[in-house]
Amino acid sequence: MLAFVLRRLASAVPTLFIVVTISFFLMRFAPGGPFNLERPLPPATMENLMRAYQLDQPLWRQYLTYMGNAVTGDFGPSYIYKDNSVAELIGKGLPYSVELGFYALLLALVGGVIVGTIAALRQNSALDFAVMSVATIGVTVPNFVVGPVLTLIFAIMLAWLPAGGWGDGSLRFLILPMIALALPQLAVFARLTRGSMIEALRTDHIRTARAYGLPAKSVVVVHAMRGAMLPIVSYLAPCAAALLTGSAVVETIFTIPGVGRYFVLGAINRDYTLVMGTVVLIAIFVIVFNLLVDILYGLLDPRVRHD
Amino acid sequence: MANRLIGFRAALLAGAILLGAGPALAEAVLHRGNAGEPQTLDQAHTSINIEEFILKDLYEGLTIYDASGKIVPGAAESWTVSDDGTVYTFKLRENARWSDGSPVTAEDFVFSFTRVEDPKTAAGYANILYPIKNAEKVNKGELGLDQLGLKAVDATTLEVTLERPTPFFLELLAHQTALPVSKASVEKNGADFVKPGTMVSNGAFKLVSHVPNDNLVVEKNENYWDAANVKLDKVIFYPIDDQAASVRRFEAKEMDLVYNFSADQIERLKASYGEQVHVSPTLATYYYAFDTRQEPYSDVNVRRALSMAVDRDFLAKEIYSGSQLPAYSMVPPGMEGYEPATADFGALSQLDREDEALKLMKEAGYGEGGKPLKIEIRYNTNPNHERVATAVADMWKNTFGADVSMVNLDVSSHYAYLQEGGAFNVARAGWVADYADAENFLALSVSTNKTFNYGKFNNVEYDALMKQSYEERDPATRAKVLHEAEALLMKEQPIAPLLTQADLWLVSSKVQGWQDNAANQHLSRFLSVSE
Repeated sequence: MLAFVLRRLASAVPTLFIVVTISFFLMRFAPGGPFNLERPLPPATMENLMRAYQLDQPLWRQYLTYMGNAVTGDFGPSYIYKDNSVAELIGKGLPYSVELGFYALLLALVGGVIVGTIAALRQNSALDFAVMSVATIGVTVPNFVVGPVLTLIFAIMLAWLPAGGWGDGSLRFLILPMIALALPQLAVFARLTRGSMIEALRTDHIRTARAYGLPAKSVVVVHAMRGAMLPIVSYLAPCAAALLTGSAVVETIFTIPGVGRYFVLGAINRDYTLVMGTVVLIAIFVIVFNLLVDILYGLLDPRVRHD
Repeated sequence: MANRLIGFRAALLAGAILLGAGPALAEAVLHRGNAGEPQTLDQAHTSINIEEFILKDLYEGLTIYDASGKIVPGAAESWTVSDDGTVYTFKLRENARWSDGSPVTAEDFVFSFTRVEDPKTAAGYANILYPIKNAEKVNKGELGLDQLGLKAVDATTLEVTLERPTPFFLELLAHQTALPVSKASVEKNGADFVKPGTMVSNGAFKLVSHVPNDNLVVEKNENYWDAANVKLDKVIFYPIDDQAASVRRFEAKEMDLVYNFSADQIERLKASYGEQVHVSPTLATYYYAFDTRQEPYSDVNVRRALSMAVDRDFLAKEIYSGSQLPAYSMVPPGMEGYEPATADFGALSQLDREDEALKLMKEAGYGEGGKPLKIEIRYNTNPNHERVATAVADMWKNTFGADVSMVNLDVSSHYAYLQEGGAFNVARAGWVADYADAENFLALSVSTNKTFNYGKFNNVEYDALMKQSYEERDPATRAKVLHEAEALLMKEQPIAPLLTQADLWLVSSKVQGWQDNAANQHLSRFLSVSE
């Protein structure tokens, strides 16, 4: 097991290297630069800026400098948020994204599995139909619609919850963004659970368990669930990576000070270093969660071996 | 809602007790929406009004804008100007203090302005202070820093020598780039002088905390010379780049001020909030530039015809819901001491304009019965710009039977293309005044302006008039010369001004002391809140 983990971590290094290299050059192909603003700068000023940020040097040298610094954990200054380094921006924003993302993930996972299981047990009933319709809507209605609608109802009309901001970080501030973030994922989990649960309920060992007269609850929760969890666990990795690194849309709608928006803002403003920083961050999350999921696989399914 | 406020107040109260601040219950807090996250709090790097609103609460320049948008003394209590208009001597306030209690000195200003011109600083708006003697050369690295026309005569006397008389110099000094930094603090803290806990400022407020993309808190600066008249104890800036989100937070009563919201909300908001909705014409022009280097846009008749055929009333009313005004001059109205020169067709009705436009186009030999007219409109991606381009395309199709296509790029790419001299047919552009002077708008079309003269308009007479305006010392004569230049520009129409922009604000009825002004200056120092 340890060897497996070490091997996977070692293979992450070239993956990261390739991701960073491709992003670095792709970013530079986009027209314009970090200092082409709606109000263009005079040429002399532009020259001073390019020199100050070493953007006047040949691209290959910039690349080498960037890689050299990145290895030591220095991801450079942000060109747009000039008072901060990229590491500072991400360091300040990440805890917010992770906290919100964690709650959203929990809500999506627990909610989705419960809803999906209920639907599976009452297959083709009115309840199944209702639950799955709602889940389909959850997948198809984008959160830039769900977010404002939630705010309209709960913050403006009912005035129960704040319309945005992190405030003191208490649950009241997190409920609406958490729901907006979780809803599409909850729907995916529900559909996955329903599908694999129906399949699991038809397998031989469940039939056997039932034939032995085990209580229905234990058949479902202990025996069927374990088999049904595999597809859910494999979806967990990309889902967790996406939720924990923040969503540009939800963070913008609810003014959450997370890192989700940096990727989009960085790309629009040609903040090369900020985009690179977020790319690295997302890549690391994806790699780590894929690894965790593979380990979980081994625990859930004895047929999977890591050697 | 009530619950939220109590919770929030409790947090503030706890904070106030911890900091040992004054009586917390009576605390006057302004919740101020800002159109986005400040990119910097360094006066040398600031470039947008999101930062301007914060920085001008934190710092005070030699001159400032009062609540009505007029230039009044700030850190300088008075000044004298030499007869030839090139030497300004400022007398600083004896009681001006930094937030750490140390006096604000002439040396601080010399240091601050020098820092902005130092090429190593790479200040984005270094050109704001170019009128100072040798500033441009210093900024380009051609002269040493000590060659700047700045002198601290004594602790409270600052002498500034200019390159040439600059009638709008006092306006420039009110720009956020000309805000001072504490020499002692910058020398000690380097680039970190902008951080909460470190920043030393001389304005009505001081920086307390900053959570990027969530809030920025400033508190009354007890050391400010006019602290007795500052009514707010605290201002919380909320950076919200999503316009719809900031409106929702205003409606949820979480914010007292919201700057910039989508124009299509005006009617609805006016119905619900009445007087709290402010539409304030500003010093900004929305225009289309013609590429005068190429056929048929090199022909003044074609340019005039195209410009005339644009129904500006339609754009202002139907697309911008009255949040922008039709423009027939490049310089927007509202500039003190200057009367904009409007295009001659501005006085005609739209129907007459179209008739006249058809005639001109025929003369030029284009359109129906002549050479085919194929036009491409370029604009930066934005729903409003798209609507404008679609409407203008339609107008040109209907009037001239032109074949009009549209291309849009994101902001960076759009302007990069135009700045680098890329060829185009018609391109959208906008200009927001850096300072309230006609020159700021008219200099865009001078042939030597390589960056902003997108259409490469090249007119000897225009250049000569602009040159004359720089040399003219009498303000009234100078205004006349500039007016003449603009009249020529409007006759030639290398740029077709379409709209004068307006600033949209939501101002809660709680907020007192608010005055709409074309300069869009609203220091929190002049505001107060009532429950």
